[in-house]
Amino acid sequence: MRPFARWALLALVVGGLWVIGSQSIPAAPAAPPASPVTPAPQTAASDSCIDCHRNLGGRLAAPALRIADDIHVKRGFSCSACHGGDPKAPGIEAMDPKKGFVGKPKPAQLPGLCGSCHSNPEVMRKFNPKIPTDEVARFLTSVHGQKLARGDTRVATCISCHGVHPILAVSDSKSPVFPTNVPATCARCHADAQYMKPYGIATTQYADYRASIHADALLKRGSKQAPACNDCHGNHGAVPPGVSSVANVCAQCHSSQRDLFVRSPHKAAYQAMGLPQCTVCHSNHRIVQPSDAMVGATAPAVCIQCHTETSKGGTAAKTIRTALEDLKSSMASASEVVARAENAGMDMTDAKLPLSDAQTQLILARNLVHSLSLREVQTAATEGVGLSQRAADLGRAGLAEIDFRRRGLVFALAVLLVLALGLYLKVRSLSA
Amino acid sequence: MTLGSRRVTRRSLADYLLGAGLAALAGTVLYPLIRYLIPPQVKEVSASSIVAAKVGDVQPNSGKVFLFGSKPAILVHTSQDTYKAFSAVCTHLACTVQYRGDFGHIWCACHDGHYDPLSGQVLAGPPPRPLAEFGVTVKGNDIVVTRTA
Amino acid sequence: MSLGTWLEDRLKWRAADDFLRHKSVPINRHWYVYYFGGITLFLFIIQVVTGLLLLMYYRPTAEAAHESVRFIMAKVPFGWLVRSIHSWAANLMVFWVFAHMFGSFFVRAYRRPRELTWMSGALLLFLTVGFGFTGYLLPWNTLAYFATKVGTEIVGAVPGVGHFLLVLLRGGEDVTQATLSRFFGIHVAILPALMGIILALHLFLVQLHGMSRADERGPGRAYAFVPQFVLREAIVWVITIGVLAALAVLLPWPVGEKADPLAPAPAGIKPEWYFVFMFQTLKLIPSHVLGIEGERLGILGFTLAALVLLAVPMLDRGDQKTRARRIALMIGVFAVLYMAGMTIFGYLVP
Repeated sequence: MRPFARWALLALVVGGLWVIGSQSIPAAPAAPPASPVTPAPQTAASDSCIDCHRNLGGRLAAPALRIADDIHVKRGFSCSACHGGDPKAPGIEAMDPKKGFVGKPKPAQLPGLCGSCHSNPEVMRKFNPKIPTDEVARFLTSVHGQKLARGDTRVATCISCHGVHPILAVSDSKSPVFPTNVPATCARCHADAQYMKPYGIATTQYADYRASIHADALLKRGSKQAPACNDCHGNHGAVPPGVSSVANVCAQCHSSQRDLFVRSPHKAAYQAMGLPQCTVCHSNHRIVQPSDAMVGATAPAVCIQCHTETSKGGTAAKTIRTALEDLKSSMASASEVVARAENAGMDMTDAKLPLSDAQTQLILARNLVHSLSLREVQTAATEGVGLSQRAADLGRAGLAEIDFRRRGLVFALAVLLVLALGLYLKVRSLSA
Repeated sequence: MTLGSRRVTRRSLADYLLGAGLAALAGTVLYPLIRYLIPPQVKEVSASSIVAAKVGDVQPNSGKVFLFGSKPAILVHTSQDTYKAFSAVCTHLACTVQYRGDFGHIWCACHDGHYDPLSGQVLAGPPPRPLAEFGVTVKGNDIVVTRTA
Repeated sequence: MSLGTWLEDRLKWRAADDFLRHKSVPINRHWYVYYFGGITLFLFIIQVVTGLLLLMYYRPTAEAAHESVRFIMAKVPFGWLVRSIHSWAANLMVFWVFAHMFGSFFVRAYRRPRELTWMSGALLLFLTVGFGFTGYLLPWNTLAYFATKVGTEIVGAVPGVGHFLLVLLRGGEDVTQATLSRFFGIHVAILPALMGIILALHLFLVQLHGMSRADERGPGRAYAFVPQFVLREAIVWVITIGVLAALAVLLPWPVGEKADPLAPAPAGIKPEWYFVFMFQTLKLIPSHVLGIEGERLGILGFTLAALVLLAVPMLDRGDQKTRARRIALMIGVFAVLYMAGMTIFGYLVP
């Protein structure tokens, strides 16, 4: 080979290897500049309480450190609004009892202290026209309020839940009473077995709640639609709901189930037996995603708590469960046929509609379980089965069409074979 | 080889196969071709607009569920004598909604969700989002529902 | 008076008949190459017929295109057959046009006096690929939409006129209804017109010069075009019909999902297989080479390759085993290996 050609070939090979070998690795993106820490806004007017305490260090400085985040300070109040005294006076004279200084309020004094503004609509409407002004009144009806009135200082008071120094707005995500923080706030006492010993109530609620679907929605998925402790127990008037009002508490969200329940035989039965309605089957704190396994006459169904397998109730439960299972299996087999047809290339969009309508019927049927009416559940389930069968028919039609096409192909190939044979013989005869 | 009294030559067998093959091929091609050209009975559904009903089919304060594309939709004749159309797929768990004249709301039977028939907004119950709205035009005697962009 | 005489009087058809019959096809060790062109032509005829049939039901609007294809596949009697054959034959035609090109290349059929045959053939290859590119968008499904987006984006990287070409192709800045209208017009009108003219020229030239022989040493054995070769070619065409029918029934072409321009591009989006070698090359070129943008260099490279393809007869003349011939052979082998290798590579790497 001529030298030029040899060099050209070498260049080609080297160039090719270089192109393939040197894949550019994209440069790592530059790290974003660190955002500067925004300092808390300074209080406008000088407040000697804050100025002094900030420099005292240790336990005495703690209240002043983040007080600028306090909702009251943000609205222009000073320490004296709660503690009395004179914020303009320098030094220790600010803490003069003659100027109203009360020091650290006792727990029993707190509802009255906070209520001095928060129960006064004239005052509160200047800051927030919509804010309720009956919290203190509600608090006094609660177990916490009643115990506090009888001298128990271990119970929750305003600052136990709302925090203090600073008291953050409820809408602030760092506030202990922001919806996603509420369970942990209540748990500070209610999950502490040692602390709750004198009261003799369970301390498993927080752990149970954490395992529930409500906690999953609120704490994991951040859905504000899901309840925290206060949504069922009340905010300030916290009391466990009475056994005959549990359904109404749940009905704040689950209204259709409540409506079905109250016209079912269970309503009167539970009332007579003093059973707490929804929680009998669904539990009160450890409320998990319901499943069809909850319905039936054998474990793990919830019906067996009261009904034996051969009783009227047990038989009804079994039949209701059978209706649901029949619908599900009919939907599953229809989906399987439709999927097979689709995988073989048939267009199954027409079959999707009856399948999704069947799903609607399943959801309806499951909800209707709360009515305990076999007739209603079976009506919904039967309609669902009919829809599944329509989808399955479409799927089978698709499979039949595929069979037809394959048979057509065999026929066409046979024709082509005959033709090819004829051509071949013709070619042979012509070249002979 | 002999077939009857005539001597069948290789040549005429070739011609016979050729002729038969060509004829069969012609048939195999022409039959699907002609069937293809004849317009199918099934109406081609437009995905973007459909005549949902005729004027007079749907009384005031009532509704009608119809198929739009591949999903259900609902036409509402409101008590203010206007026509509104929405997707009938509930935004909670995809059940098909209906119109309830006693509430004057679009309602989902599955978990008691209520929607406003004038805007599709959620009024009560678990649905997280409003119903998607479609455009409605009355052309002569036809009520035409269209997918808005 | 016979029909033949009647036609001869009015159309003078015997001259044409003789012209068709005079050709002979050589019998040598490269006998199979002589069929490649016919297969490509047959596939084109099938495309025209199935394409015309599809035109009866297809609607070229962004709103209705996908639904109309779904309608053809699901509701029109034998619509599935027409459409699947059209899609499969399109892919087979692209394969065979490349095979025909390489086959003709390796037997050096482009030598004098067949230079124009080769060049018109190269143009036909570009037109075929153009058919594939424009046709692919027409079902308006997700894959088609994003493949078109990526493909036209690459056109936009051509130095100088790139953006102008991109806007021209897309009918605007983005892939929209305007793009679909353009691609449809190009696919069913402009390209068929161009193809028709150049194909007629190509076939005329093939008939005029007859089939070339690889080693032009003496007369050698041959058989008549009509009927010997034509009958053999008919067998090949019958096999092609069989293959297409089997593919259409056993592997129907999917409809896909309607394109949603607002959705993000699906991961691992690739153009159609016959573009993958180019796509993969562009992916591998470093972002900057000697100060030039890598993508531009790639496009320049492929443009150069296309020009070389057109100019092959000018680069390798002569009958003997010249150096030019050996270089041509090496380049040809390299091209086949490169294209095949890059295509495989493009599919192995996600």
